[in-house]
Amino acid sequence: MTHRRWFTPWLLAAPAVVWLAVFNLWPALNTVVLSFTNAKPLGGGRFTGLANYERAFSDEQLADALVNSIVYLLICLPLLTLCPLLLALLVEKRLPGITFFRTAFYTPVIASAVVVALIWGWVLDDRGLVNGLLGQLGLADQPVSFLTDRWLLLFSAIGLTVWKGLGYYMVIYLSALGNVGRELHEAAAVDGASAVRRFWHVTLPGVRPTMMLVSVLISVSALRVFSELYVLSNGTGGPGGRDMSVVMLIQMYSRGFTGHIGYASALSLLLFLITIGPMLLLARLNRKAA
Amino acid sequence: MRNPERRRTSGSFNTPSPAERTVRYLLLALVLLITVGPFLWQLSTSLKGPGEDVWSRTPGFWPQELTFANYGKVADTIPVWTYAANSLVVAGIAVVGNAVGATLAGFALARLRFRGARLVLGLFLATLVLPGEVTIVSQYVTVRSLGLTDTLAGVALPGAVAMLNVLLMRTAFQAVPPDLDAAALVDGANVWQRLVHVGLPNVRGMLSVVVIFTFIGAWDDFLWPLIVLNDPSKYTLTVGLQYLNGTFSANPRLIAAGTMIAFLPIVVVFATLQRFFFKGVEEGAVKG
Repeated sequence: MTHRRWFTPWLLAAPAVVWLAVFNLWPALNTVVLSFTNAKPLGGGRFTGLANYERAFSDEQLADALVNSIVYLLICLPLLTLCPLLLALLVEKRLPGITFFRTAFYTPVIASAVVVALIWGWVLDDRGLVNGLLGQLGLADQPVSFLTDRWLLLFSAIGLTVWKGLGYYMVIYLSALGNVGRELHEAAAVDGASAVRRFWHVTLPGVRPTMMLVSVLISVSALRVFSELYVLSNGTGGPGGRDMSVVMLIQMYSRGFTGHIGYASALSLLLFLITIGPMLLLARLNRKAA
Repeated sequence: MRNPERRRTSGSFNTPSPAERTVRYLLLALVLLITVGPFLWQLSTSLKGPGEDVWSRTPGFWPQELTFANYGKVADTIPVWTYAANSLVVAGIAVVGNAVGATLAGFALARLRFRGARLVLGLFLATLVLPGEVTIVSQYVTVRSLGLTDTLAGVALPGAVAMLNVLLMRTAFQAVPPDLDAAALVDGANVWQRLVHVGLPNVRGMLSVVVIFTFIGAWDDFLWPLIVLNDPSKYTLTVGLQYLNGTFSANPRLIAAGTMIAFLPIVVVFATLQRFFFKGVEEGAVKG
């Protein structure tokens, strides 16, 4: 397509290009630079070599955070890969009122993680709804400490993430299911294949590429978790600060007099390295499939 | 809304038996209870009077002493309406910035040939593998050097043009039939006229998706405003709610009212504009 002046396209792209440079490329580069300094949240800082990385190796809180991330990922991955697919199959059929159900199931996705965590924080409180029900049913003599136990707090946050993610991945699957040949399904049904067999032999192979994409999205977002753990633990990171995520550590070190921008930057690079893993894996699998 | 899809699929295969229908609706109701129940529970708590038991044992679902007083009381505890206004300002800047910035750049990348276009596109794509949390610390350093810490501008600015939205708008402009554009060129239309009269009317769907999700994303965001803002009078709603929870965790009715103030506007925005969103999903689905 032609245009009279060479700079017209650049004029249109200018705002986005400025934002690309100032708020994307520069911060990415600067994270690397800062990770070799002892910069503080209030300013200053000088080159300190590998000090931040050495510190990371002996940081027990970081070790806890990495363990938490792995547990988070291992539980989220199967649950959020499968449940939303079943949910998508449930809302796929155009029954009367199905649009209402689809929209309603999406509600937890559009709510802020803070709102959702506050709601669940109250439901899971020692005196909250869940403990009330457990007590009434005689399943627990004492309140279950969902929010004050090192592992239960982590599992509560994981439950929250799974609950909030159901609708999001459901919609992705819903979009993919439309592309699974309807004719294939009908043919299988005519041949007398049961619903379970059709699921295994028609639906699953059909949504396989989507499933791989979804698992990468789940893995990356599990490694990036912040708000759920922060709000459920009221910003403390749980008993002894053992329920921190890597992002919670980054946030903690980025603020106040005790903050350490240099160390937070080193942690950011570490976060980048662990999130790039699942993405590279997907790229490899895709190349193999192609 | 009558959908042609519906007629096409109403053959014998797709008409479920009465038994299957019942099972499906039962399952749908169960999932509805799980996904929406907690929000309704919170809404009900926010409307319960001070004399009602909201803790454990036998809290009833329906408020016995229906009252809106909790919404007034939460405003006495924290400046919740100021926080809502702050969130609105941040979301407003994000929506305008993204709608304008992503449309202009998306159009240029999709429809105009220019030197360096491939490089710029490659860089936009490259940012997608970079989770926002990775650069959040140096983002803070940038905002600090601009003198914008503890300001709403500092909260809104970095996300005012999101790279993903530029790419989404580019995809939308690419799908506009080239013939339309060619006809406009023959008529002697300039770049601006082509964008406004040929491009824009054909990308309204994607633009609405960008607007909805930019609004929701900015309104819901927690980590970034938590880092940028220190002064409690400048908080956005999410940060303010966590502050309320941390400081005065005694009365769940007030926290419930606060969460509803943060949640209900999002529901309204989404409910009004959701048809654009699900239309996009369906369009993907109808292709098969």
